[in-house]
Amino acid sequence: MISELYQEIILDHYRHPRGRGTLDDPKIRHEGANPLCGDEVIIEFRVEDGRISDIRFSGRGCSISQASASMLVETVKGKTLDEVRALIQKVYAMLRGEETPSPEELGDLSALAGVSQFPVRVKCASLPWHTLEEALPENDQAGK
Amino acid sequence: MAMIQRELDAREIRQQFPFFQPHPEMRSLIYLDNAATTQKPYAVLDALTNFYAHHNANVHRGAYGVGAKASELFEAARERVARFLNAREPAEIIFTRGTTESINLVAASWGSSQLREGDEMIVSEMEHHANILPWMQIARAKGARIVVWRITEDGRLDLDELCHLLTERTRLVAVTHISNVLGTINPVVDICRIAHEAGALCLVDAAQSAAHMPIDVQAIDCDFLAFSGHKAYGPTGIGVLYGKRTLLEQMPPYQTGGGMIRKVSWDEVTWADVPARFEAGTPAIAEAVGLHAALDFIDSLGRERIAAQEHALTEYMLARLQEVPDLHLYGPQPDRAGIFAFTLADIHPHDIATVLDSRDIAIRSGHHCAHPLGERLGVAATVRASLAVYNDTDHIDALIDGLHYVRQVFGL
Repeated sequence: MISELYQEIILDHYRHPRGRGTLDDPKIRHEGANPLCGDEVIIEFRVEDGRISDIRFSGRGCSISQASASMLVETVKGKTLDEVRALIQKVYAMLRGEETPSPEELGDLSALAGVSQFPVRVKCASLPWHTLEEALPENDQAGK
Repeated sequence: MAMIQRELDAREIRQQFPFFQPHPEMRSLIYLDNAATTQKPYAVLDALTNFYAHHNANVHRGAYGVGAKASELFEAARERVARFLNAREPAEIIFTRGTTESINLVAASWGSSQLREGDEMIVSEMEHHANILPWMQIARAKGARIVVWRITEDGRLDLDELCHLLTERTRLVAVTHISNVLGTINPVVDICRIAHEAGALCLVDAAQSAAHMPIDVQAIDCDFLAFSGHKAYGPTGIGVLYGKRTLLEQMPPYQTGGGMIRKVSWDEVTWADVPARFEAGTPAIAEAVGLHAALDFIDSLGRERIAAQEHALTEYMLARLQEVPDLHLYGPQPDRAGIFAFTLADIHPHDIATVLDSRDIAIRSGHHCAHPLGERLGVAATVRASLAVYNDTDHIDALIDGLHYVRQVFGL
């Protein structure tokens, strides 16, 4: 069902993205893109005391990629790098349709579970998470 | 006396396509992505199967009956293509993997042997990457320069502008017959004439025109012309390069290997004549035979009739697209081909494609392999609907309903 993909909560994040913008230095900046469809996501964040202390995203693309980026920014801020790594894996599992996390567990993010039924759109939803994953420092002290 | 021509009946034509027949496990699809690839009639699938079942052997090699028959069928396909394009002789037809390889062949072979430092090549702004990147690559390698022929505000190419761009250093004009984004039909006869007057060659990308209108390479007087089988109801993996024989004969091989030599020793190699010189290795034999059947299919309908039918459908589409609020159509109007790139409010094309897919309507979304054109239009991605001879007004009606539904899903 198309309504499972385009839930109100996803359209709301698309129309009113949380944390869209850029950060001043020092920061870690990483760009991700799906060359086939033109989705672009740029993630900028700072790590302090092993936690993501601040994070923003920019870029352009479809509602799914941009809403997913907005949810990412909202969810990972304040989390430790280990927590973020675990969360990323949880999101991947959800997008593959292997897990259906509850709203209590993942908040707004759980709305992305419907994407798993639209295989060609999974890469849109996962783009921000891949982008962040690639940019995460090897150890928790980096970027401090 | 004028021939009485019956109008084509899209429903009847769809009967010739297995893709459009009811299937117990699949929902029927409204297919509007014909600029990407067309569906295949039974005749083409039968030709492929029949070749593999009864005539499969390598070509130009075996001294046995089946081998001779395979060669005969392969060369008959070449003759068929020559007739389809009105080439002077079959030797002017080179089989390739598709339009992309055809253009790469010219860039690599003609370009590497003919281009000198400081030479210029004019490439239109509405080209597909396949008619941009081969020229950029060879220009870099040879110290030549790409000159961009900008499009007009309404998405056409201006011939006066071409005259301004041509210099004594211009060696080639590379232009598409029909734009795969804008649907613009370019005046290739005039373009070739103007290029020739300035001493330049002209290559025409016919990927979007071959199945939709008559093509006569002698009337166009192009030096090279390329098209793909799969966009003309034929198989993938087979394409055509037409080249004037005098030019082909001066060109070195593109790839080397079996089938393209007359004699080889450790000290000396003599290349085969055209077209074999450009067809190293075992070619796509069955696909060439399939292409033969596809061209027979097209001509059984008649290209004049196809063009008239698609023109009428295009007019209908233009009128109906105007009914959708916030829809912005790119490209010229009204005189254009059945390719429609558009945006709808601020809804991303991918989202539009997904919603339409939920209604079993197949359209394309994205940049359509024409980044420079997208840059010029100021749009990263568009939705593209494109017509073929089996589409009818019902399909367009379904698309328009679908676009209204998209607006609803996105709360407009």
